[in-house]
Amino acid sequence: MLEVKDLHVTVEDKAILKGLNLTVQPGEVHAIMGPNGAGKSTLSAVIAGKDGYEVTQGSILFEGQDVLEMEIEERARAGLLLGFQYPIEIPGVKNIYLLKAALNAAREARGEGEIPAPEFMKLVREKSAEMQMDTSFLQRAVNEGFSGGEKKRNEILQMLVLQPKLAMLDEIDSGLDIDAMKVVAKGVNSLRSADRAILLVTHYQRLLNHIEPDRVHVLVDGRIVKSGDKSLALELESRGYDWVLEESVA
Amino acid sequence: MNAPERFLERLNARREDDPSWVAARRQAGAARFAAVGFPTRRDEAWKYTDVRSIADGDFALAADAEFSPERLAACALELDAHRLVLVDGRFNAELSSLDALPAGVSVTPLSQALESNHEQVGGSLGRLAGVDFSAFTALNTAFADEGAVVRLAPGTVVDKPIYVVLVSRANAQAVMSHPRVLIEAGARSEATVIEHYAGEDGAANFTNVVTEALLERGAIVNHYKLQEAASGDLHVASIHADQGRDSRFNSFNLNLGGSLVRTDLVTDLNAEGAEAAYYGLFFLQGRQHVDNHTLVNHNAPRTFSNESYKGILDDRSHGVFNGKVYVKKDAQQIEAYQNNANLLLSDRAEIDTKPELVIYADDVKCSHGATTGQLDEDAVYALRTRGIDAAMARGLLTLAFAGEVMEQVKLSEIAERVERAVAGRLPERFNLADLVETAEAVQEA
Repeated sequence: MLEVKDLHVTVEDKAILKGLNLTVQPGEVHAIMGPNGAGKSTLSAVIAGKDGYEVTQGSILFEGQDVLEMEIEERARAGLLLGFQYPIEIPGVKNIYLLKAALNAAREARGEGEIPAPEFMKLVREKSAEMQMDTSFLQRAVNEGFSGGEKKRNEILQMLVLQPKLAMLDEIDSGLDIDAMKVVAKGVNSLRSADRAILLVTHYQRLLNHIEPDRVHVLVDGRIVKSGDKSLALELESRGYDWVLEESVA
Repeated sequence: MNAPERFLERLNARREDDPSWVAARRQAGAARFAAVGFPTRRDEAWKYTDVRSIADGDFALAADAEFSPERLAACALELDAHRLVLVDGRFNAELSSLDALPAGVSVTPLSQALESNHEQVGGSLGRLAGVDFSAFTALNTAFADEGAVVRLAPGTVVDKPIYVVLVSRANAQAVMSHPRVLIEAGARSEATVIEHYAGEDGAANFTNVVTEALLERGAIVNHYKLQEAASGDLHVASIHADQGRDSRFNSFNLNLGGSLVRTDLVTDLNAEGAEAAYYGLFFLQGRQHVDNHTLVNHNAPRTFSNESYKGILDDRSHGVFNGKVYVKKDAQQIEAYQNNANLLLSDRAEIDTKPELVIYADDVKCSHGATTGQLDEDAVYALRTRGIDAAMARGLLTLAFAGEVMEQVKLSEIAERVERAVAGRLPERFNLADLVETAEAVQEA
């Protein structure tokens, strides 16, 4: 589904990713862990298409398509969605507008017509309830005046409505108390299916108690230096990152 | 023959049966207008607004007020209201509905008010906007024979909005109209008055309106000017409010249409506790030109004003904002806030903005500011990551910018109308009209 090969990325002439390889198959949940500054957020930002990241080498393929050749919105319509670590506030743009416009854009890309209003309303009500969000949030401006936890739940609400093929969640657990994390994790888990994949970028292991990964990768200094199953995350939690680094250098 | 003479010639050709006091006013207006002529850009108040397209025009007076319910429905608001309809400045009784006014409220076409009760009207008319205010108020005074007179007895609260529709027809010969609106709000009365300038596609007429609102102690008037004239229309308006103790005047000045539009808005806060709020929105495309000149006079201590004007300018349009707050000596403990924010959607659009504070008291709270900017690119990016294309993302953010003023509009019919108009007039690039409609439908479902 996602194939990242030998990816080199610079930001303002500074090399951040230095030959990253990653393959994600449908149905899988991958977690990318690593120390601060390793390039975790850069990876998801490059896949989403944020400005200011220069790919100097390598490729990203999503279902065989060259992601780097696609516009930001085309990537999202193809089913590649990024959940932000710091969701941006958009004063004046109602949540309902964002959801409706985004959903119809994806449907149009798939050759489906616009979603009928009653069906849309039923869908967003249902998904709001799953995220324990009052429907009054739909009429409010995107993330404006939301608490940290509400912003994260709103990110997942968008995922639940848009049903991406690959959901990339950047530090989705940061700033969440345990109850909010359970709600967010439940939402993410409901996205799991045989034809979808999830990429979690996280600094801490605790999220992975709630969203169990199939594969765990350690990203250090712009490269994935070690991969394993979920037990690797536990090992990182107890031993830190230094041993991985030493092992990879050796 | 010069331009003022050409305009006044139409006057001489017309009125013969005026009561003497009206005739005297007309003569004073005409004399003043003949003396000063049309303003030029050498006049400080008209520095950015060139009115030659008016001065050079050839405008007749409308011969009739013919209009059909269908044509009205095509341009007016669907509103449960007391309605008075003027067609090219002439009263249309069939399309008006003024039968269900509550006790203590009268809404009368100016022509009838002059006939039946001229002394009372004569006392108030022109008190706030005399012939000296501008060449256009002088011209209006010379010509005005139709309009709306709204009177509220003390303590009256009007159940529904008073909706004055001023239609500009697509005529073979361009016409001019000089409507006059007079609002007399007695003590503790309350009303919403809407002046809706609506037009037919292809209309290219000249409207020159003067509105005067007198608010007695504790009166509340919500005044809407919704200007949606056709793209060829020329529009000059002068709105004046005079406020007694603890009164409140809420002005909504919403300009979407017209080719050349000038609005002067003046409030006098004459006694303690008087409060004025000015909300303005202008959305310009093509070569539209809209000039808003606002003035708040804090003439008494403990008076309050708050002003927020927003402009969205596209293509080669030109906006002007000149907002002045004047605080008289000894008008202590007043509060005055003023802000003008503009969004330029095109490199060739132009805004000239000048907020001004003139303060002769020393114990006041005042602030003013003006900002002009582009859209937040981080927000554009965030929307695009959800699959929304860049054009629609910009449209949503433009709508959001307008929304910050529109959330003050308590009449949902107007708020939705403006939202749709802003969304719908960005069709090529933004394509938002459907979205707004469906989102509204969802909300109502």
